[in-house]
Amino acid sequence: MNVAPLGLAAAPLAAGVPAQRAQVSSGQLLTACRLAWEEDGRLVALWGSDETDRQRGFCVRVAVEDRDGLTVLEHTLPDADARYPDLTPIFPAANRMQRATYDLLGIAAEGDDQRPWAWMASWPIDRFPLQRGFDATSQWEPGQEEYEFVKVEGDGVHEIPVGPVHAGIIEPGHFRFQVVGEKVLRLEERLCYTHKGIEKRFEGLQLLEGGRLAGRVSGDSTVAYAWAYAQAVECIAGLVPPRRATWLRALCLERERLANHVGDLGALGNDAGFAFGLAQFSRLREDVQRMNARAFGHRMLMDVVVPGGVAHDLALEHVNEMHDEADRIARQVAALRGIYDEHAGLQDRFRNCGRVTPELATKLGLVGLAGRASGQARDLRCDFPSAPYDALNVRMAVATSGDVAARVDVRFDEALESTRLIAAITAALLDPDAAGDIRLAPRELPSDRLALGYIEGWRGPVLVALESGPDGTIRRCRPQDPSWVSWPVIEHAVIGNIVPDFPLINKSFNLSYSGQDL
Amino acid sequence: MYQTLRQIARIGIRTEAAPAPAADDVVAKRLQQEILRTLGRALAIRHVDAGSCNACELEAHALMNPYYNIEGLGIRFVASPRHADALLVTGPVTRHMAIALRRTYDATPEPKLVIAAGECACGRGIFDANYAAMGAVDKVIPVDVVIPGCPPSPTALLQGILAAITAAAAPG
Repeated sequence: MNVAPLGLAAAPLAAGVPAQRAQVSSGQLLTACRLAWEEDGRLVALWGSDETDRQRGFCVRVAVEDRDGLTVLEHTLPDADARYPDLTPIFPAANRMQRATYDLLGIAAEGDDQRPWAWMASWPIDRFPLQRGFDATSQWEPGQEEYEFVKVEGDGVHEIPVGPVHAGIIEPGHFRFQVVGEKVLRLEERLCYTHKGIEKRFEGLQLLEGGRLAGRVSGDSTVAYAWAYAQAVECIAGLVPPRRATWLRALCLERERLANHVGDLGALGNDAGFAFGLAQFSRLREDVQRMNARAFGHRMLMDVVVPGGVAHDLALEHVNEMHDEADRIARQVAALRGIYDEHAGLQDRFRNCGRVTPELATKLGLVGLAGRASGQARDLRCDFPSAPYDALNVRMAVATSGDVAARVDVRFDEALESTRLIAAITAALLDPDAAGDIRLAPRELPSDRLALGYIEGWRGPVLVALESGPDGTIRRCRPQDPSWVSWPVIEHAVIGNIVPDFPLINKSFNLSYSGQDL
Repeated sequence: MYQTLRQIARIGIRTEAAPAPAADDVVAKRLQQEILRTLGRALAIRHVDAGSCNACELEAHALMNPYYNIEGLGIRFVASPRHADALLVTGPVTRHMAIALRRTYDATPEPKLVIAAGECACGRGIFDANYAAMGAVDKVIPVDVVIPGCPPSPTALLQGILAAITAAAAPG
């Protein structure tokens, strides 16, 4: 985004993609967001930090992404009583981020919706965990909040509360349906049940040990988080990871994508009453995970990507095995796709179900695989390819119908593309050029630096905003899951659908609770 | 339909024994015998995520794939605590989930087992007791068996379930 016309001076920002930062007044924050919106920009994250120890009040940061890369708008508030502009008229997804920022930091946006989001009566409402003086080990007895759900009134309208404990092996969250008969008039989500204080936990950890925590923000995306975190540390340290390490990182990221896509394709079949799909795809997922364990020592590839490179090299026999496995899985996925496509019952459930039109997706800023299924042709691997994606030429999967069927299609395309990439990466790893170090130690970790890691995980883009403190510590770390912007879209996707289709719609997005609850 | 049947026939039965290490097979057989001896019927497990990062959930799901085929052993994950013999709890128990976990426990009929699965649930994880998390399952409800691992593998989960049943069957 060119911020010069707004009279703003932008400074470059160290990040995994082209990025800049700019100090803005409250008026400029609004104008800059509006400009970003007009230029097809998206809200990526909104977070704050306590700068009172530096006598600088509080800082609100808004990260937007457009065709030029990331822009971080930084707005300073003199104290906790000052307010910053409500961004929801421009970016609806800002709503929950603003509310959570208040609950954790005590600074509020202007605007009407001041309901708590991260707070659920488990700590005093006038205490703010991310303020510098807050002792993370403080403990209070859990209480119960009275959350104000929006109610629909009228003849025959009734309410269905679901959760937080769900009827399956799923993360916890509450869904409040307003229905007439079987038809959903309105859905409201109440998340944050898994809020475990991740952001506070990061503070004071060493920069070089924070990767372990980053890899557990959302377990299904551990590689994406660990890579985004490592990228941010490397930007702070001014370190370029060895070429072999980038190949191995991409290999892990594509294996994570493949495992999640095939796992979800099976679950989607099952949710539509086709148990065959679950049996077949869960077998493929298990094959991928067992291969991961053999090659990298962990079924989900946790702690493989580390700042400076990767923790394990890949043995030659495993390179060859993965190469063959990619081809075998590709053939099986293609065969199963034929069966899914030809299955009238499945297609009847998938098509026109949970539709998010491209216009709505643009308006709400839907990202990642769900965004691509609604015509939002964005993928960091294609838009801002960093090593080794610059050498891989990723083919982006896009659909426009925006229904469950489209999200299934995009998952099939991406799973198959990942098998192609795994084959290409394993071939490249055999090249003598790809031999060498797998990890470099940073020479220095300067204090007071802000850096961003930005990686296209299987669900969508994962951002890690990292600020260093003295002696190689973390001053502030904000991991941002794509689920933040995608969760509210599900509330729109289910309108007019029947209640029994909700699990199918929800699964087609498969968003992270832990990643948004933090 | 023809393609579906062909695929089923071509893939065949993949349930463990063949691809798994020997230990798995032994665990599976002992497990089945213990369940029958102790409960005289199938084991019903209710899973409660009390704030995990979702890695433990993915591994618990894997128990239902054809390799482990947990239902073939007589173990089912059920949709309500009222149908359950055992609770499988993951996560460090966030304070936001503490009351829901307690209520789920209270709703489970006696006799009941509680299995805390994963490093966080055991109190050895990356999330200590803090303003937002209780730090372990046993801070909220009594625990019979802990299964470490971040996340525990499906085999470790099976072994933990076996340990819980064996403990329940022990005299005294």
